[in-house]
Amino acid sequence: MKTDLTVNGEARQVEHESRTTLLDALRDHLDLTGTKKGCDHGQCGACTVLVNGRRVNSCLSLAAMHDGDEITTIEGLGEPGALNTLQEAFVNKDGYQCGYCTPGQIMSATAMLEEARDGAPSHVSETLTGSVPLTDAEIAERMSGNLCRCSAYPFIREAIAMSAEKKS
Amino acid sequence: MTETFRMDKAQARLLDETGQGVIGTPMDRPDGPQKVSGRARYAADGTPEGTAHGVLVRATITKGKVAAIHADSISDLPGVIGVVSGPEFIRNPAQGMANAAPVQPGTRVDYHGQPIALVVGESFEAARDGALRLKVDFEAEAGADVDPDTASEVETGDPSAVGDWDSAFDGAAFKVDREFTTAAQVAAAMEPHAAIAEWQGDKLLLRSSLQMLRFNKNEIADSLGIPAENVQILAPFVGGGFGSKLGIGPDAVAAAQAARELGRPVRVVMPRQAVFDSILRRTETTQRVRFAADADGKLRAVGHDDRVSNLWEEGFAEPTSSCSQFLYGADALRFQQSLARNHRTPTGSVRAPGEAVGMLTFEAALDELAEQLDIDPVELRLKNLPDTHPMTGQAFSSRGLAECLRRGAEEFGWSARGKPGARREGDWFIGVGMASAGRPNMLIQASARVRLEAGGATVETDMTDIGTGTYAIFAQIAGEMLGLSADRVTVRLGDTDLPGASGSGGSFGASSSGSAVFLAARKIRAKLAEAMGCDADELTLQDGIARGGNREMAISDLVQSEIVEEAQIEAGKTAESHFSAGYGAHFVEVAVHAWTGEVRVRRMLGIMDIGRVLNEKTARSQAVGGMVWGLGAALTEEISHDPRTGHIVTRDLANYHVASHADVPAQMEVSFLDNRDDEANPMQSRGVGELGISGAGAAVFNAIHNACGVRLYDFPATPDKVIAGLEALGL
Amino acid sequence: MKEFTYARAETLDDAAGQLDETARVIAGGTNLLDLMKLQVMAPEKVVDITRLPDLSEISAEGEGLRIGALVTNSQLAEDHRVRSLYPVLSRAILAGASGQIRNKATTGGNLLQRTRCPYFYDPAMACNKRDPGAGCAAKEGVGRMLAVFGVSDDCLAAHPSDMAVGLRALDAEVEVRSPDSSTRRLKLDELYRLPGDRPDLETTLAVDEIITAVVLPAPEKGAVQAYRKVRDRASYAFALVSVAGNVTLTDGKIARAKLAYGGVAPKPWTNAKVEEMLVGQAPDEALFRKAAEALTADATPHSDNAFKLPMLRRTLIAVLREATGLADASPGTDKTKDAA
Repeated sequence: MKTDLTVNGEARQVEHESRTTLLDALRDHLDLTGTKKGCDHGQCGACTVLVNGRRVNSCLSLAAMHDGDEITTIEGLGEPGALNTLQEAFVNKDGYQCGYCTPGQIMSATAMLEEARDGAPSHVSETLTGSVPLTDAEIAERMSGNLCRCSAYPFIREAIAMSAEKKS
Repeated sequence: MTETFRMDKAQARLLDETGQGVIGTPMDRPDGPQKVSGRARYAADGTPEGTAHGVLVRATITKGKVAAIHADSISDLPGVIGVVSGPEFIRNPAQGMANAAPVQPGTRVDYHGQPIALVVGESFEAARDGALRLKVDFEAEAGADVDPDTASEVETGDPSAVGDWDSAFDGAAFKVDREFTTAAQVAAAMEPHAAIAEWQGDKLLLRSSLQMLRFNKNEIADSLGIPAENVQILAPFVGGGFGSKLGIGPDAVAAAQAARELGRPVRVVMPRQAVFDSILRRTETTQRVRFAADADGKLRAVGHDDRVSNLWEEGFAEPTSSCSQFLYGADALRFQQSLARNHRTPTGSVRAPGEAVGMLTFEAALDELAEQLDIDPVELRLKNLPDTHPMTGQAFSSRGLAECLRRGAEEFGWSARGKPGARREGDWFIGVGMASAGRPNMLIQASARVRLEAGGATVETDMTDIGTGTYAIFAQIAGEMLGLSADRVTVRLGDTDLPGASGSGGSFGASSSGSAVFLAARKIRAKLAEAMGCDADELTLQDGIARGGNREMAISDLVQSEIVEEAQIEAGKTAESHFSAGYGAHFVEVAVHAWTGEVRVRRMLGIMDIGRVLNEKTARSQAVGGMVWGLGAALTEEISHDPRTGHIVTRDLANYHVASHADVPAQMEVSFLDNRDDEANPMQSRGVGELGISGAGAAVFNAIHNACGVRLYDFPATPDKVIAGLEALGL
Repeated sequence: MKEFTYARAETLDDAAGQLDETARVIAGGTNLLDLMKLQVMAPEKVVDITRLPDLSEISAEGEGLRIGALVTNSQLAEDHRVRSLYPVLSRAILAGASGQIRNKATTGGNLLQRTRCPYFYDPAMACNKRDPGAGCAAKEGVGRMLAVFGVSDDCLAAHPSDMAVGLRALDAEVEVRSPDSSTRRLKLDELYRLPGDRPDLETTLAVDEIITAVVLPAPEKGAVQAYRKVRDRASYAFALVSVAGNVTLTDGKIARAKLAYGGVAPKPWTNAKVEEMLVGQAPDEALFRKAAEALTADATPHSDNAFKLPMLRRTLIAVLREATGLADASPGTDKTKDAA
């Protein structure tokens, strides 16, 4: 079957089996291998991409269900020599080690910062109805769908906080 | 043939004399931009034209044999190409540095989850479908031992001991004698094991996620029955290893065999569940830790016995008491290990084999002794630091443990520690704990080549960067030695056609392979000195300028044609005369929920002595990563085995809990002593990747006790165990 | 994943018309695809309902709230009406899964998600839920995550949803559309079946019925609502136990107590006796202990999960203490705003 996607601003058509996930379509059909497969079951976050601006696990999504959707992958944020603020912050803070979970962390953080700006609460928010400052504990809870076995967690969050500060 | 440099005596501290000023700095990783932009390509990223996809099939019996594989059961499935199996298939990954094929069991099945066949398809989806539907007949043998607690075959080694242990222990006034258990764990690198195999004639090109290519090349060649020179392995980026990719894996052998049979490239990526099923795990342990001391805290006897497990024909046994044997001195010390054989997924090296579990219990028991003696735990440790290795009598190379302990206590605010249960914030008990850290340091044979051209230098070695920072560190070493900024050094790694390095493992990678880079650069310095007409020790190289013999020249002008030097290093006499190890001290604050038993780590501080720091930023990341592993071992990580089949039930990342962001506090602080280890290697550096784990989990356990009075002896401290402890105290 | 036919439904009628024993609805897909990859589920046809109109809204219904079945978990947890009037629902959702999953997972799908029993997830293991009559490998196996209430000899699996536990404490109803275009409403409790000797049958829905909405009753003014979840790590893990509380105090006495429990049963669990013990009483820790003891009195734990009993008791006490002001509220406990 054929699915039309807009990937990183570019119209792409993918021919795939009905059972092909968005993740495998990106990696194996479009050669966008920046999006990683860590567990294939929504248990690690390495495959996080943005669908119409929202972060999702691309492994738990059928490509067929995304006809007409706008997909943003790590390749769409910036490239070596022209990294975006968040990517630069990851390099600066050593917010990674092996780098395998990194695209997922960055995509997740990109959307997470939007969610927080929109006032979405989290499990650790003191209040559901007042404003919630984006403390480290807030970032940690909101980023907990992205595992990092190298355990660069504190540095990932420093990078996110640094980029959030720069943007605001 | 490059001559081998042997580390027979302490070397001059050349890196303290060079003037470039890049070594040790917290330089950003040069590979960072590729990693943060998704351009870094890992083993399974991108496939050659015509690649077929393979998915491994597991045994679903514990012991017995594969009677028949019914390839026809899936031959009608669209996209399925066929089933590959055979004598080449390996039972489990090679152990670290095996340098030869692991067990190739043929049709024999030794554990539930063993890879037995590969289904190959035109697409990953087709192969996965076929792998799940393939009909296999097994002949199961009943009564396989799957529980080390009841194993019928237990190999108990002779104790290694010094002193009259029984009388030292019996005669002392204060004693701790505790049995501990620690859960099995897995490495769970984020990148699953993966390989793409491609044959060009009789030559195999293998892209695979591996840590030690020099060994892996021989392992795959031996598995396939081909000469090692016909193999090239590429692993420029490795998505985490932690020991699980030390040896060649079933993915690589199956991919190579299938590619050979089909005459086309084959990619095999292990599903996460398969990684749990068949990649070497860390053993579960039972441990008995005994301390005896005088009232003043002087240790009289130290004992640490352990029982680990493994599958038959595996030579590995977790060296549980490795650190216990040299941290503290006593009149008598005694260590004894038993190895229970069973039909579970075999065990192997997982980050900090030995210390990762041995130090949990050893340092927790010492905390209990301190309480019994009513001596500050830091003080108790300081009182018992030996002058020489307590078991071997070897001299220590530099040993900063005392300074780590003192500085850590100071920086952490240890003196504010109260009695158990004394500090409470709402429903949370707050407490602090500490533990020592240690990890033997090794020098492993390694080679590297350095090229110097007018435009800069290139480092070439088959060394890997598994997140450890090799790309950064080697650029710093070569830059420092050759007077170049690091951005003028290109580092090429992860290709077996380059000089063979130590590989990444045992925390020895940066120092061993880095020393080869250092030595190759040192040879280039000698050539440059010659060109300058001065002695090598007169030569200074800085920012592209060479100075010496009253001359000053641009290095680019000195290099008429490319200078290429290769060097090899291996351990020598200092490894006999001196005992080299990394040291540290962990301090931890936790909160324990009075009702739900949840434990939250609020801050951790690690003071570490790793000799010369090669890159302060990547070293800190390694150390913090290790500390988080310690946190995980203390609180969340636990493999459960089915009591009947022995298979891993917690075989995915939802059921096996590695620490998440929310488990790790912002305050994860590390500082390094400014130390040098002259006997370790010519750079005076030591390993760091595993030191951070050592003792960290014990510090968490000790803090739990200080918080709420509960002492646990079974790792990890999940909320159920804490609740049981609280209820036993009437809380 | 086996091959299947993918069909995108244009209307509810169209969707319902395509459903039979061999077909499954897909919306968020976060659990269905997870299971299909392992061939624990293998529908021949997958009917995509995500483009159906009108199921993605949260709207007022009487004094209550009607939540379309396709409303995502994130959307629901973030909705201002839910946050201020039904905070336990926001809290329960936010305690589950991850930001990414909550962005995809839907209200209807969350209710219908399957157990995470590892033996159900492994086709090599016997499972009556996956394969009726095959036996239950979990019974003599690793049982940490299994249920302690409502289980049968054939199945010990726990329902994994957090959201459903919050809904249960709010007396939510489920709106179901039948193929003849009629709708019916079920109490949440009536949606789920206990396993008995047919653990494969998890709900009372017919194969061609589709959940279209969840309906919340008028909010309770001045209630204190709390959701507390205990798990094996700080985030991104299924509940060992969880407790949703919805408690109203009047004149220093507990006027109303709605309590639901997660991680302990094949469905969001409740116990009317416990609530009766509390109502009319002044909040007091001894009372809470008695209520907690009553709650676990008829539990039937597996050898691996007897710890869930004290854990559940203590979590209940912690929730009641915060909900009744015996202890300071922590994140997870919120007072409802008076409905405007």
